[in-house]
Order: sequence, then structure tokens, then C-alpha cells
Amino acid sequence: MITLLRYFGLPPNYSVQGAEIDQMIVWVHWLMLILFVGWGTFFIYTLFRYRRSKNPKADYIGVKRHYTKYAEIGVVCFEALLLIGFAFPAWANRVREVPPEEGAVVVRVVAEQFVWNIHYPGADGMFGEADINRIDPQTNPLGLDRSNAGVDDIVTINQLHLPVNRPIVIHLTSKDVIHSFSLPVMRVKQDAIPGMSIPVLFEATETGEWEIACAQLCGLGHYRMRGFLTIETGLAFEDWLAEQAAELEEEGGEWWE
Amino acid sequence: MSDDTGHEESFWRKYIFSIDHKIIGIQYGITGLAFLLIGFSLIALMRWQLAYPEEPLPWIVFAAIPALIGIAVILMGGKKRPYLSMSGLIFIGLGALIWYFVSGEERMPGAIMLPEFYNQLGAMHGTIMVFLGVVPLAVGGFGNYVLPLQIGAPDMAFPRINMASYWSYVSGGVIMLVSFFVPGGAANSGWTSYPPLADIATTGQTLWLFGMVFLITSSLLGAVNFITTVIQLRAKGLTWMRLPFFVWSQFISAFLLLLAFPPLEVAGIFQLMDRLAGTSFFLPSGLVVSGQIIAVSGGGSPLLWQHLFWFLAHPEVYVLVLPAMGIVAEVIANNTRKPLWGYRSMVYSAIFLGIMSFIVWAHHMFLTGMGTTIAAFFQTTTMIISIPSVVILTALFISLWGGSIRFNTPMLFALGFLPMFGIGGLTGLPLGLAPSDVHLHDTYYVIGHFHYVVAPGTIFALFAGIYYWFPKITGKRMNEKLGKIHFYGSFIFMNGVFMPMFIQGLAGVSRRLWDGGAEFLHAQPFLYLNEVMSVSAWLLGLAQIPFIINLVRSIRSGEKVSSNPWGATTLEWAAAPSPPIAHGNFKTLPEVHQAAYEYSVPVEGDGTSDFIPQNQPDKEHVDK
Repeated sequence: MITLLRYFGLPPNYSVQGAEIDQMIVWVHWLMLILFVGWGTFFIYTLFRYRRSKNPKADYIGVKRHYTKYAEIGVVCFEALLLIGFAFPAWANRVREVPPEEGAVVVRVVAEQFVWNIHYPGADGMFGEADINRIDPQTNPLGLDRSNAGVDDIVTINQLHLPVNRPIVIHLTSKDVIHSFSLPVMRVKQDAIPGMSIPVLFEATETGEWEIACAQLCGLGHYRMRGFLTIETGLAFEDWLAEQAAELEEEGGEWWE
Repeated sequence: MSDDTGHEESFWRKYIFSIDHKIIGIQYGITGLAFLLIGFSLIALMRWQLAYPEEPLPWIVFAAIPALIGIAVILMGGKKRPYLSMSGLIFIGLGALIWYFVSGEERMPGAIMLPEFYNQLGAMHGTIMVFLGVVPLAVGGFGNYVLPLQIGAPDMAFPRINMASYWSYVSGGVIMLVSFFVPGGAANSGWTSYPPLADIATTGQTLWLFGMVFLITSSLLGAVNFITTVIQLRAKGLTWMRLPFFVWSQFISAFLLLLAFPPLEVAGIFQLMDRLAGTSFFLPSGLVVSGQIIAVSGGGSPLLWQHLFWFLAHPEVYVLVLPAMGIVAEVIANNTRKPLWGYRSMVYSAIFLGIMSFIVWAHHMFLTGMGTTIAAFFQTTTMIISIPSVVILTALFISLWGGSIRFNTPMLFALGFLPMFGIGGLTGLPLGLAPSDVHLHDTYYVIGHFHYVVAPGTIFALFAGIYYWFPKITGKRMNEKLGKIHFYGSFIFMNGVFMPMFIQGLAGVSRRLWDGGAEFLHAQPFLYLNEVMSVSAWLLGLAQIPFIINLVRSIRSGEKVSSNPWGATTLEWAAAPSPPIAHGNFKTLPEVHQAAYEYSVPVEGDGTSDFIPQNQPDKEHVDK
């Protein structure tokens, strides 16, 4: 089934959590296929066999036995299995209350029309405070306070770099309207809602470069709200962070003093 | 009921501000069809942009086709029936609307569609199709015309409220159309109008909200009327379990409308206040749009709107689907010449469906940051609600077994409904389970899913109903050959439009993208499907031409038929002439002695007829 779904467009999955989601998609599509083929076969055969020219007199009763009851009970059992066996645990894994921040890479993503602001805590591991009154679209899109914990924070636009094989926690929010943060190959999708910060947990299993798409209509530029996801080895990720920090050092003094 | 049966009515009273449920039903039906046409035309334009992004629209073709159809209708209408000719103006008006769209620099400079305008068309396509097309046709049109006849009532319980309901609907529709002409154009935040986007949108959104208030009011007036009529005005002997399934479906839909629409009316007024009076029902504190701090008090919640909206919009899905199932059940029982299989379980399932539809709404919101408990609850209710749908669909399939199936046009559309609705229902399963929804949410998979439910599903059922009840309304039959061309064309192209959406959806292509995904690498392998879907959509439009010709020609010069041409058991055919008499429907009010579908009853009879009308007394009963 997974081969079939792949053939019909499902991209490969490169995250630990995505395996559960794919498994779910596969099982549901099995159920759909069985029901559709079952109904379809019955339907076509019946239309052919009971056409008027072949069967001029209808039977008042029709089907006497209760096969359908068994079929319906079968559907109930299958759906119960999907719910209890797959859906509940998979969802619990996805949204479990305490993010395993220890050993995890923690990033903030702040959506706005029509870009993704990516916010790393920097060397001190602490996010600086953000205040809307400090926002400057050119120099400080997040309204970051650069005086304390924010001094070494790294902010990029549309460039999300993350290491492979490490748990990742993204705190997702939005400045203006509702967006939806979508990473199809990671099986990650989460609405970014102004006024709320929602944690997104996943762990990538492959290095590579992919896209961040916006899945929720957010205005006239919705179609071009595209970011870039780079999953790289731990070392390459550290190097990239160091590079960003150096750049910040260079140009930094100019705009927050 | 009205008391003015004696004297001649004025033209206005008779055809425009009528209080006869039959005229109101026809008014609803024609207006609904006109809006379906307009809603379709909007998507036909959008599909050009999706298939050939940023290429100029060959607008002359798009505007000329409806204009030519309009001229043809005017010519076909003839002098004797001025209203037929006048309906040609709808098509000419549509051609003019398309010309207006293309002529505006702020919409389509150089005939290339701007993203702003694409979003307007998208929002209005959804709104028009759901609130102005399908529901008015299914409930306002068929419900009004057929239901009182089927229960043996002389009219609806409140004829004047009925008229108010229709004119409130027309007002809402006019406001929606006018919104295209205000600065900034029509609403452009999707038919779901999620704030904050909708709160900060252009003036069109305000008109959208005003329009919705009228449409909701119309539905509420209609709903009270249907409920009262079914409870109070059933013919003598028409017990609950003898009701045709169509009546049950309308009755349950009316309850859904009555109970689910008020929260949206409230939400609509809240959003109006946010936009006009500076409140913050749906706006949190600290919004910064394009670098500017939004000066509002804040403290509101964008999710509140989603809850109120989906609390209506999910039951609304069943308002679309239940009447469709009702129509299909009528047509199938009649054309298999046997009773519906499992009538009782169908009725109980429909009631259960109606009740459950109030507690599944948040499955549209799994990705708004939902925790485990709430997600578990809504996944469970969603799986539970799939069961009665499966029961009803299965009962309809099984009803075919042992029948003597007549493949006339209404039956073809009813049969087409079954597998199409099946696909729509089944593809709802992975969306109703939160983990698989993560990947599929807000992709084309969702679009494919609900269009299978509503377009080849519900709209096929509505076509079945039009072909089936046309002789009731006019005393004439529609042409079978044109009907069959209409069916096969629609069937092929409907699937051509919506099947590829599942592939794009699995690939993760987001919905509502102006360029159909051309911006994104992951969409590249599947962009060719946009062209497939667009061409299918335009061909689907052309496949409706035989229907339009058939409708006009049959009104003018269709084959005359008897009062009960299909040999049907239910009262609208068995007890009333076709067309029924102007006020009062029946010469004498019928009495019911039979269940709804007594076809092919095994009795030692004379064998001349294979059905027992509902109003025919039992032989033994009479002998006693």
C-alpha cells in the first residue's frame, strides 16, 4: 500500500514521528480500498443482474440475510482499532505535554505575511525578550531586545537549519494572521496562530534541503510564502550557527545601539 | 394556508411575491440553479490561472459562451412564455460579469489574474456554491415544492414566512454579488473567513457578513416552517414510519439549520463589530501587520471564530447531504420497483447522523494546537458519525438487489450519486483521524474529499431530482436522450476534475495557492494535473449545455405525460394532478393507508399494476 501511495504522490518520510503518520495513512487507505472495492463489485454486478430486461418482476423483499450487519460490524471494529491502536497513541506522541527540551534543539518560528522568521537562542541558549513596540520591519522584525539574553540571538528570514537525528522543538507563533507551518517530507504541519505559541516536536532522519510551505490562506502572497529547510549533520549545523554568530558580531553594533 | 383561492390574483402576487409553496419552490430552484452557474463560472476562471499561471485569459471565449447560450435560450423561449426568454438574460448577465472582471486593472490587468482577485473568486466560489446554490436548491427548492405534496398538505404551515424566507435569501444573494463592485472587491479570506485575516480584509468582507446575516435569517425562517409543516400538516394516516425518506431527510435538515445557524449569526455579528466598531472578539493583543501595530484593544481569540463557524459548517455538510440522500432514496425505490431495503434503519441512522453532526465540528481544527483529550474526543465522534453514513449508503446499495432496474435519466444520476458519495465519504476517514490529517490537512486532498461529497455527490442527486420531479411541475417529461448525454458527460468530467486532487493532496500541495503550487519544488511533479483538472472543469461546464437546452425545450414543448408517469406510490404523484392545482394542491385532501414504497407487493391481484399508492385503502380493510 505504501508503494501505491508513493506512486500516487505521497513523498518519502524523513522524520521519526512521520513513520506513525504514514502507518496511519496506509491503514486507513486499506480500509477505504476494501470498502470501495466491496461496494463497487456488488454495485456493478447488481446493476447488470437486475436490469429490467433481464428481471422484469422485482422481488418485494430483496436481500434476506444479514451479511450487511456483519460488514457494518466489521467497519466498526476496524475503525475502533484505528482509533485506539493508532490514532490516540500517535497523537499523544505528537503533542505530549512536556517537550524534551534537554538535548533538544529549540527554535522559535514567527510567521508573518509572507515570510517565516526563524529565531535561534544563540550561544547562551536563552531567547531574548520580544516586544512589538521595538519592531522595525527592516532591522528588527521580531522586536527583539538585544540588551540581555537577546544579545547573541540569531534571526534569519526563511532559512531554517536543523541538525539530523536530534529532537527538535519549534515554538510556533504568528505576528499577524493565521498561517500554517508545513514540512511535507517531515510529516509536520501546524497552524501558526497570533496570540498563541504552539510547540512542534520532530526528529529528522536524513540530511537534505526541502521547503517550508504555508498551508493556511494568509492573504494575497500565500502562494509565495516559502521557506527553506536544511537538515544537516550536527557538525555542519554548529558551523552554520557559528557563521551566523560571526556575521551578527560584525554588523550587529550598527543597529541596536 | 391562504384564504385567497377564490379570486384572480395579480401577476405580482401570483409569480413574484407568491405565498404558494409551489411557486416559492420554483423560485428557489431557478435562483439556486442560477447561482450554481455563477459559482461554477468563477471556478472556471480560476482554473485558467491554475493551469496556465500568469498567462492572459482568453476572456472572449469565457464571456462569449454564456452570452451565446443566453441568446439561444431567448430564441428558444418563444413568445408564449416570456419568463423562459427572460431566463436567457441570466447567461448574458454572466457574460457581462466576466467582461467586467477582465476589464478592471485592479483585478485582471492584461487579462492576467492578480492574486488579490484570485482570492476573491475563491472565497465567493465557496460561499455561492454552498449558501446560495446547493442549499437553496436542495432545501428551498425541492423541500418547498415536494415536501407539502408528499405529506398531503395544502401548503406549508406558514406561507408568508415562506415568502419572507425566499426574499431574505434573494437579498443575501444580491449583497454577495454587489460586493464584487465595491472598492477592493469581494470578500477574499476564503469562504471560512478566518480572522484575523478576515478582520483586516477589504470592504467586501463587511458585505459578505451582511449577506450571510440575510442568508442565515432565510434558513432559520425556512427551518421553522419545515418543522411545523411536517409535525402539523401530515395527511390522515401518514404515520412517522410511513413518511417517504425524502420527508425525513428534510425534517432532520431543518433541525440542523435551526440549531446550528444561530451561533454563526452571532459570530457574523461579532466579526462585523470587530470590523466596524473596533471590538476585538477575534483579535488577540499585539498584532503587527506589515510592520504596523494594529490599534485594537486585543484580548480576543481567533479560534473562537473557528469554533462558532464549524459548529454551523459541519452540520451544514449534512444539510447538503441529507436531502440528496432523500432524493436518491425516492428515485431508487421508484426505479427498482421495490421498497427501500432497511427503511427503518435508514431513518434511525439519519436521526442519529443529525444529532452526532453537532459534536464533530472540531475535526476541522486538529492543527490549531489541540491536546490529546480533545483530539481523542473529536476523532471518536468523527468515527462514530461515519457509521450511520455507511448504514444509509449500504441500505441504498442493497435496495438495488432483487429490483427490476429502469435506467432512466433520474435513475442514472441517482446511481451515479452512490459511488461518488462513497468516494467522498471514504476519503473523509484519513482527514477525520488526527495523525493522518497532519499530512493531508489544508491540501488538495481536502478539496477532493468535500467536492466528491458535494459536487458529483449532492449535485448529481439534485439533477436526479430535477429530472424526476420535472413532470410533476410541468406535466411534461424531459428528453431522455439529452438527459443521458448530460449524465455521461458530467460523470466523466466530474471525476476528471476531482480525482487528480487526491494525488496533489498526497504530495502535500497546499490549497488556495494562486499559481497552483508552481512556486514550490515539491509540487513540480504534479503540476501537469492542474491542466488535466482545468480542461475537465471546462468540459464539465460544456456538458451542462444539453441540460440547459433540455430544460428550456421541455418546458416549451416537452412530451406530455399522465399525472403519475413513473408509476410512483408517494402522495405527490398518486394523489395530486401534475401540475397540482394552484392553491391547495389536492382536489380532496388524501388519506394514507400504506407504507411509502409498496412496489411489487406479492398479492394475488389482477397484475395490471406493480405498486400500491399510499392513499389506496387496503382491500381487507374495506371489506370489513
